[in-house]
Amino acid sequence: MDFTEDQIHRYSRHILLQDVGVEGQEKISNGKVLIVGAGGLGAPVALYLAAAGVGTIGIIDGDVVDLSNLQRQIIHFTPDVNKAKVLSAKEKINQLNPDVKVITYRELLTASNALEIIGQYDFIVDGTDNFPVKFLINDACVKAGKPFSHGGILRFDGQTMTVLPGTACYRCVFHAPPPPNAVPTCSEAGVLGAIAGMLGTIQATEVLKYLTGVGDLLTNRLLTFNAKTMEFRTIKVKHNHNCAVCGDHPTITELVDYEQATCEIKN
Amino acid sequence: MGIFQVNGKNQEIETPVSLVEVMKINNVTQPEMVSIQVNGEFVSRDDFGTVQINQGDEVDFLYFMGGGSRC
Repeated sequence: MDFTEDQIHRYSRHILLQDVGVEGQEKISNGKVLIVGAGGLGAPVALYLAAAGVGTIGIIDGDVVDLSNLQRQIIHFTPDVNKAKVLSAKEKINQLNPDVKVITYRELLTASNALEIIGQYDFIVDGTDNFPVKFLINDACVKAGKPFSHGGILRFDGQTMTVLPGTACYRCVFHAPPPPNAVPTCSEAGVLGAIAGMLGTIQATEVLKYLTGVGDLLTNRLLTFNAKTMEFRTIKVKHNHNCAVCGDHPTITELVDYEQATCEIKN
Repeated sequence: MGIFQVNGKNQEIETPVSLVEVMKINNVTQPEMVSIQVNGEFVSRDDFGTVQINQGDEVDFLYFMGGGSRC
């Protein structure tokens, strides 16, 4: 890829980094990343990846922007209320960096479309708020051999881990979705808006590290933080030989749509 | 008294102590909300009731966390 003078200028702070350079920026520019959910986590991920010049960004989200989203979903602005989130996100990305090709999917990720959509990308970012889809992303990525970043936030807490083929997966750690309604979502329990940015920028950093091959990814480790104490912890987790999707004798051979929580509250 | 770690912090109570008691002390009221590691090994949900925690053990409660966008 030959960068124009403007592009060299735009990405100069990356290119200056010894670990990245022109070669690393080329890898970023050739990267294809799918963001599942254009919400609290997806917003900062999309903005930082767009700014970084990731060549293709796919965004899947079936929802429209709600006024209550704007407290943390920083890719959406007040005039975007009631607009499809994928469209709102695409408009901002295009304004931020016209180099980026944005592919939008105004739908939900399901067992029937997951493999087809995920298959077109190099890296997947989980920015969803519910466990059925988190497990679906995990299982689909494990099956397709795709790397992904898990992210979760609630109240003042955040957690993230990066999963590559062969490393501990989300299901190795959490086994199966909790019973519907056992665990509250942000829309039910609340979340401090800025921690979506804290967690999302960690996920975006992992994407850029993966694309450029720089550093050590957050694999076999679950990073958690609490914003009240501002303490970060990294807990070692192991590939689980009894894991239902990536263990020695996997019992999950087909993707399934788990039952969604029955009391869906608009977020 | 015995000292063991819960999520990286020391706790001091009489050991051995049941995992269920450690969960109670740490306000883990819904076992279905956590995944538990003891000394880096996952404890099967079926074994929550039988595992004992000893001096020097490291217990990690990993909580389910959603967040992001309803998708």
